[in-house]
Amino acid sequence: MAKRENTAQEGQPGFEAALKRLEELVARMESGELGLDDLIAAFEEGQKLVKQCSDKLSDVERRIEILVKDGSGAVSARPFDPDQP
Amino acid sequence: MTDAAIQPAGRHVYSVSELTRKVKLTLEEEVGRVWVEGEISNFRRQGSSGHCYFTLKDGAAQLAAVLFAGAQRGGAAQLADGMVIRACGDVTVYEARGQCQLVVRAIEAGGVGLLMARFEALKRRLQQEGLFDASRKRPLPLLPRHVGVVTSADGAAIHDLLTVLARRFPNLRVTLAPARVQGAGASAEIAAAIALLNGLLPDRPDVLIVGRGGGSLEDLWAFNEEEVVRAVAASAIPVISAVGHETDTTLCDFAADVRAPTPSAAAERVVGCKEDFERLLAGHGRAMRQALARRLDLLRQRCEAAASSRMLREPGRLTERRAQTLDNLELRLARAAAAASRGARQRVERSRLLVARAAALTPAGERVARLGRELERAAARRLERTRSALGGLERQLRALGPQAVLERGYSLTRTAGGALVRDAGQVAQGAVVRTQVASGSFESVVR
Repeated sequence: MAKRENTAQEGQPGFEAALKRLEELVARMESGELGLDDLIAAFEEGQKLVKQCSDKLSDVERRIEILVKDGSGAVSARPFDPDQP
Repeated sequence: MTDAAIQPAGRHVYSVSELTRKVKLTLEEEVGRVWVEGEISNFRRQGSSGHCYFTLKDGAAQLAAVLFAGAQRGGAAQLADGMVIRACGDVTVYEARGQCQLVVRAIEAGGVGLLMARFEALKRRLQQEGLFDASRKRPLPLLPRHVGVVTSADGAAIHDLLTVLARRFPNLRVTLAPARVQGAGASAEIAAAIALLNGLLPDRPDVLIVGRGGGSLEDLWAFNEEEVVRAVAASAIPVISAVGHETDTTLCDFAADVRAPTPSAAAERVVGCKEDFERLLAGHGRAMRQALARRLDLLRQRCEAAASSRMLREPGRLTERRAQTLDNLELRLARAAAAASRGARQRVERSRLLVARAAALTPAGERVARLGRELERAAARRLERTRSALGGLERQLRALGPQAVLERGYSLTRTAGGALVRDAGQVAQGAVVRTQVASGSFESVVR
């Protein structure tokens, strides 16, 4: 029922999928079973994935909000600071 | 006695009322006030009177029970089907139905407290429904970008949670759907907040934390209410339940995808440390560069080995082939270098230098080969010259040697000890000497 995979922006694979693919590539490159062409292709793809994942780590701004209902029952989000109620 | 009873003459025939009354009096007298333990079923509270009717049962029998409104104290509000209780009451017969029943005066839970009995009953029921099945549990997202929280806006829980989250992942989005977490109406607010966060489209959180800080069993009770448990189970967003302390277990925990012992622990579970992710990615990048560098090293070594050995044997053909391979390598390296990050680029650049150095070996190899061939030719010429020079010397030596002198008619005379006789005084009378001539030798005695 739930759309669980954190897919999204610009049709790129989600962080989880990208990281999994990256781990596969590293394992294959380290196994020594790839020919030079495949090795270089894996390297290129891996470098792209590292960049993609790094970008995802910083693509969101810190934002702390609280949902509040107004008189008519409409819900809106407002900045929230737990130390200043 | 039996025989007498069935004698028509002596028999007494009761009316139903009479007999029922007799049974009732006997029961009330003989059994009277008792404690009885059993499980509640068919529980219903009469709306107008407030009296509660239910059945107490065990594996083999059941007993009707009534708890009149006037006898109800605190615990009665918690009564529900499935609870195992101990009831203190008077056994009697409800004459209108001829039914034996227990008029309950006081209740206590069987073994555990009443709340726990209610907890166990609801747990059993929801478990049978499959709400707690392991197959329903969903994995949490590895990198949530938006965390939804259901708890009180002014409790310690939200404070702890935000502190831990900020430490682990500074740039994270958090949305709090506030709800009272104890007292009347709390369970409805919690359930509504879970639904509210689920409805936050398109900006829905990736994961929810539902919980509160520690408290008494009664304080935590809202998280055992059926509506909260159902809201958690129905959430389209994976839920981490974090209620109270380590030792507290609620039905909300059972229904959630993940149970965390405390709200702070939930914050730890919900997202990894940003630095750990960064380290992991850097490690993968390094491993890839090393794998590539190792391969290039290997190729370079092969290149050098080929340049230094086979090159000497087949210089021309191999040079062409090698040059081609090197061109190829250069091309691939250029591609790799273009894709690489700065660090990788430096590394590949260095490898390219090394390969270029290996390439520089190619003309050198050719030169060595040429020199080798020249050296061999020079050596042969020198050998030839030496050989003819030796022939001349041999002839000269032969002309000067003793053999040539003997052949001209001279001879050599030696003492018995082998010394050449150059002085007549060397030999005494009677001594034996040996004389060598050009062909053969003979012995003589000196007179």
